[in-house]
Amino acid sequence: MNNSQVNKLKDTAFKIFAIACTFFGLLVLAVLLYDVCSKGFSRLSLDFITNLPSRRPANAGIYTALLGMIWILVLTILIAFPIGIAAGIYLEEYGKKNRFANFIEINIANLAGVPSIIYGILGLELFGRLLGLGNSILTGSLTLSLLVLPLIIVSTREAIKAVPKSIREAAYGLGATKWQTIYSIVLPSSFGGILTGLILAISRAVGETAPLIVIGALVYVPFAPSNAMDEFTVLTIQIFNWVTRPQAGFVTNAASAIIILLLFTFIMNGIAVVLRNRYNKKTRF
Amino acid sequence: MISIKERLIEAFLFLCSFLTVLITLGIIFVLASETIKFFGQVSFIEFFTETEWTPLFANKKFGILPLVSGTFLVTVIAILVALPLGLTIAIYLNEYANQKFTAVVKPLLEILAAIPTVVYGFFALTFVTPLLQKFIPGLSGFNALSAGLVMGVMIIPYISSLSEDALRAVPKSLREAAYGMGSTRLQTAFRVMVPAASSGIIVSVILAISRAIGETMIVAIAAGQQPKLTLNPLNSLETITTYIVQVSMGDVPRNSIEYSTIFSAGMTLFVFTFLLNNVSFWIKRKFQQKYE
Amino acid sequence: MHKLEARNINLFYGEKHALKDISIGIEANTVTAFIGPSGCGKSTFLRCFNRMNDLIDNVKITGDILIDGRNIYKSKINVDEHRKKIGMVFQKPNPFPKSIYENVAFGLRIKGIKDKAILDETVERSLKQAALWDEVKDDLKKSALSLSGGQQQRLCIARTMAVEPSVILMDEPASALDPISTAKVEELIYELKSKYTIVIVTHNMQQAARISDKTAFFYLGELIEYNATTTIFTNPKKEQTHNYITGRFG
Repeated sequence: MNNSQVNKLKDTAFKIFAIACTFFGLLVLAVLLYDVCSKGFSRLSLDFITNLPSRRPANAGIYTALLGMIWILVLTILIAFPIGIAAGIYLEEYGKKNRFANFIEINIANLAGVPSIIYGILGLELFGRLLGLGNSILTGSLTLSLLVLPLIIVSTREAIKAVPKSIREAAYGLGATKWQTIYSIVLPSSFGGILTGLILAISRAVGETAPLIVIGALVYVPFAPSNAMDEFTVLTIQIFNWVTRPQAGFVTNAASAIIILLLFTFIMNGIAVVLRNRYNKKTRF
Repeated sequence: MISIKERLIEAFLFLCSFLTVLITLGIIFVLASETIKFFGQVSFIEFFTETEWTPLFANKKFGILPLVSGTFLVTVIAILVALPLGLTIAIYLNEYANQKFTAVVKPLLEILAAIPTVVYGFFALTFVTPLLQKFIPGLSGFNALSAGLVMGVMIIPYISSLSEDALRAVPKSLREAAYGMGSTRLQTAFRVMVPAASSGIIVSVILAISRAIGETMIVAIAAGQQPKLTLNPLNSLETITTYIVQVSMGDVPRNSIEYSTIFSAGMTLFVFTFLLNNVSFWIKRKFQQKYE
Repeated sequence: MHKLEARNINLFYGEKHALKDISIGIEANTVTAFIGPSGCGKSTFLRCFNRMNDLIDNVKITGDILIDGRNIYKSKINVDEHRKKIGMVFQKPNPFPKSIYENVAFGLRIKGIKDKAILDETVERSLKQAALWDEVKDDLKKSALSLSGGQQQRLCIARTMAVEPSVILMDEPASALDPISTAKVEELIYELKSKYTIVIVTHNMQQAARISDKTAFFYLGELIEYNATTTIFTNPKKEQTHNYITGRFG
């Protein structure tokens, strides 16, 4: 075999290997989904969703965990979104000439890479202890808000960056002030991109476990929260708790809860992808 | 001359962005102040050289090495999985595959990064470990190997997507030059494209390592919670992150030495990831100018 | 008093001396054309009149620009208010991604005008002035982006006129349009002369000859010659002008 034939062979061999690698990744994903579904599907029922946790697997449900998750989610959205969007607007629209803004940018990139458990430690001390909020829903939401803030800021910036200079110039040419231009032209145009970022932030927040454990979210909560100062648990912690129990019934429960968690995650991510595509088509300048 | 209203709006927006600086300062302050308290009671030497970590036992030992080695071992296993797979996939998508294939596969792989980590932990404990136990007798129910392997799969998109972006940023002219001389795709990929995109690829690996170091739940569920200074992946072990979770779940009084171990462990973790992240930013900045 | 006046304008992009000591006086209710080869500074100079160069980093301007006798670079003017009195039409049509109605109404809304009757009336008047009303009157809620290029540019002109500026600056308004749309825009400019002062940058000499009263020829950042259009095109005083007109360089 001459040199060029050997090379051809190597090329083909690599190609096969690479396809195998690609499909391996997808295969693991498929196996994981199948495994979870097969283990958990049987337990899925209305009472699973509406039951309180219990020491007996057959009676245990995710009601309080679901409610806790929704509470945390709503509060996190209310706290993080306005601040994140505002910061994104500042950095993209006002901060360009500011040296300090450059520093803030680097800082945000750093925050995005901080392990989520560290945010939990911050929340534990700052919100739980110093502000005296204990292990309440409010502490959890504030902590998760800090965690998703860099995400929201970055996606807001990307969305704003995509708005073409030409329509900004048109607005300024007509005598619009900077804020008028931002408010009536730039923000409506970047709305789709910002929304996509928000949905991805939600998806991330829902999947977090460690920071909430650190701030003191409970593992066994047999009551539904009624206000932001209540103790709470979330779906991910409930899953964690069940997985670590020896009884086989709890493994089933964990799998069922995972199905619900994954459904939520996939729907959120799916909406984000659809939005992203639709938004890209619409603003074809 | 800008109106008061405009200035106020700008000030408000600025404050929101400044908040992020406060967050970083908050993290550093919280970690540092408690860590200082910790080192008031535990010597540096013990922390860095003692080979046992038993703050929750009666006989307290405060050596961080078992936790660091645990983190290290799991991370190494994860990268050993993710790097070859991720890079190969990136090269394949960039050099061999057509647009349609990439457009379908890339988002599917990114799903791997979107799945909550408790799900991966569940998978590692209830599927991967029993599976491995069939082939490796003596594999304990909680072990580093399962956790590391599953974490590796989770991290694949970090390496594959970012490396693929880096490869895509290499000017077409380089690739055309290689093909023009009769190189095969494999030769072009490995001799021209990968070296040209090397800084981007390295950045992706560093970020993947940083992600692995900070990972908690997969290890918390599947690797057990016993700190061990070991390089044997078949053992159970504890990482920095899972230790923090363990203490947080227990009833630890606020002003105790046990409580402050959360912070000294957290500080160690923060320092590692902070260094890694900033090295990667530096590399990215330094080499991005190459192709501008 | 000139309507628009520039005195010794020098403009720097960083180190680059882009406009060199330009002085000019433009009368009210005239159409003035700025001509010259690409990169000679005519658009840059145009943008001085409504301080659009403020939006670019690293720009330094010395000299005076007076509008109705008022120095817009020296006195403490509110730039946004000033821009409401000067309209600008850009080279590439840039309608907002909103409805036709909202595009034209934008200038009024940012002035705080909310009265629907006033908005309706102004929108209709402006679209008629821009010779676009008949084509769009049946569906003002349609997206502006669904219009053709020529229609979009006329929409931008309507949008500019809705705020009733006294001066309209046009930066190559027809260069991105097809010949028929161009003809319509030129016709429009000619009709607007009686109510507005218009300055139009163009690299199309025939266009300048067709619609303008006076023409200014720029070259490499300097104002070479400024005179009645017929004079510039039939009897230019400077050699550079003559060379440009006759196509010696483009």
